[in-house]
Amino acid sequence: MDEPFERVVQQHGATVLRVCRAVLGPADADDAWSETFLSALRAWPGLDRGANVQAWLVTIAHRKAIDVLRAAQRRAVPVAELPDAVAAPAVRDLDLWSALARLPHKQRHAVALHHLGGLPYDEVASVLGGTPAAARRAGADGVATLRRTYPATIDGGDR
Amino acid sequence: MTTLDAPVTPDDLSRLHADLAARAARAGLVDVAYRTLDGPLGSLLLAATPAGLVRVAFAVQGHDAVLTDLAARVSPRILAAPARLDDVARQLDEYFAGRRRTFDVPLDLRLVGGFRRVVVEHLADIGYAHTASYASMAAAAGSPRAVRAVGTACALNPVPVVVPCHRVVRSDGTPGQYAGGADAKLALLELESRVGA
Repeated sequence: MDEPFERVVQQHGATVLRVCRAVLGPADADDAWSETFLSALRAWPGLDRGANVQAWLVTIAHRKAIDVLRAAQRRAVPVAELPDAVAAPAVRDLDLWSALARLPHKQRHAVALHHLGGLPYDEVASVLGGTPAAARRAGADGVATLRRTYPATIDGGDR
Repeated sequence: MTTLDAPVTPDDLSRLHADLAARAARAGLVDVAYRTLDGPLGSLLLAATPAGLVRVAFAVQGHDAVLTDLAARVSPRILAAPARLDDVARQLDEYFAGRRRTFDVPLDLRLVGGFRRVVVEHLADIGYAHTASYASMAAAAGSPRAVRAVGTACALNPVPVVVPCHRVVRSDGTPGQYAGGADAKLALLELESRVGA
């Protein structure tokens, strides 16, 4: 690529931050965001001109977010199971990030990659494993749950 | 596609950008750092490589077009990273305020070669508030008949204001062309003659 990298940050910075926050929550997302753009800046001159820059960045962001997650888990006291699938509370949650955090692992990542990152489901499947159809189902299930727990941010919402 | 209206504020992004610029600079990944500087001639784009100031551009030249050109000719690893430009920005502020006559910043003249490079290097010999003709610059550069080539070299000076191509004027005393426009050239000549030699 021979486009100034600054334009990439301007154009895709918000999307990358949403993906990082969806996977990590807002507190730990900043580090993954920085790591994503540092890594992208390093690789930028060698990226093919025809590449889909947003998909490329979202894939890097997802990988960096997983790295941050793993590093945090190494520091944390080991637990038998990740607290991914805690049952949604009865109260309506006004925080999208905590609503996302309560989704089952695969749904959360499918929503992050597809609905926030704009990645097509066949690419979501190659990141998460499984078939595109399963990725699509996970994304749809995740959004259906969010629609109940965080209605305000879904399309048709009142914001 | 369903979109999630996830809030990301401009403050979040500018804080993250500043952190990225600092970390990228420490990692040696910023081949071209730039910022803009507002002054009496409008917005100036200032760009530097690790070697020094590589480009100064006026708004009329199109800052976006200049950045695209730098990406192609120097490197696409370009970031808005103002720290590297702090010195030259401060010196330009002082110059425009009439408190500075010469610039003391490292230059990276990789964008000029051959005869144009020779001309650009001779421009610094024209002192503050003085002018030289295109013909005398051609003679100084060792090619007295290359008057038109001197004009081209001045017009394409990659670091105007800091390297004073505005001090080269026509033999009849009229200012002549300038990358920032004839008015900008006149304004610089007037500033320098007001402040005095």
